[in-house]
Amino acid sequence: MAFQVSKSGDVLVIDVQGQLIVGNRQELKQKVLDELEKGERRFVVNFSETGYIDSSGLGVLVSLSKKIREQEGELRLASLNEDLRTLFELTKLDTLFTIADSREEALEGL
Amino acid sequence: MDQELILELPNDVRSIEHVVEYVMRHCSTCCDYARRFNLNFRVGLTEALSNAMLYGNNSDPQKRVRVEVTVRVEEIAVRVTDQGVGFDPTTVPDPTLPDNISKSGGRGIFLMRSLMDEVWFNDQGNSVTLVLRFEGEAGE
Repeated sequence: MAFQVSKSGDVLVIDVQGQLIVGNRQELKQKVLDELEKGERRFVVNFSETGYIDSSGLGVLVSLSKKIREQEGELRLASLNEDLRTLFELTKLDTLFTIADSREEALEGL
Repeated sequence: MDQELILELPNDVRSIEHVVEYVMRHCSTCCDYARRFNLNFRVGLTEALSNAMLYGNNSDPQKRVRVEVTVRVEEIAVRVTDQGVGFDPTTVPDPTLPDNISKSGGRGIFLMRSLMDEVWFNDQGNSVTLVLRFEGEAGE
């Protein structure tokens, strides 16, 4: 379970490997907040290697999205599998986020 | 024949991932119902454990959480009990309402209720039982 951070142009991409749950959500939050503090404004969180997300993980994404928007930045989500998409649809968070089918699609126009 | 598993856990959210994997492996029937089990049960149990540790036990490392799993032919049931004073589950607001959608918390019980076939609390509100039935989708 890890978060891999990379740059694509001026977009920071975070790959979530494993789960995004109550036990590791603070690690993701701190990584993104640190980068926001350093001046990064465009973020993609990529879930192509993610098993599942719990409500704490969803909550961290909501919180980060708000903080990034406050700094006039943008957070996009990418590569949600069918199960993860179900969670976003159940909680109606699919209406709150820009969700791309792939990392490449998320990077387009960001 | 029923399979039963009882665990006493330390109040540490870092243990949740491992506990969920352990319970998943314990249920030999469940691999026949992969999709529902892998998503619904996994997330439901994670939410119940998170609530017990963070809110029920108020993140107190001295407290513990008890997990009782029963696997039957037709269903899996898990009871998660914390050592807190309990709460009233009827007072939890709907996180999908416009006023609540952008709040960072409050989705745990909603997800349990959405993903499991039965969710019920004891009168004190410090123990929740989740039931997921195996029906109609073996082999998926």
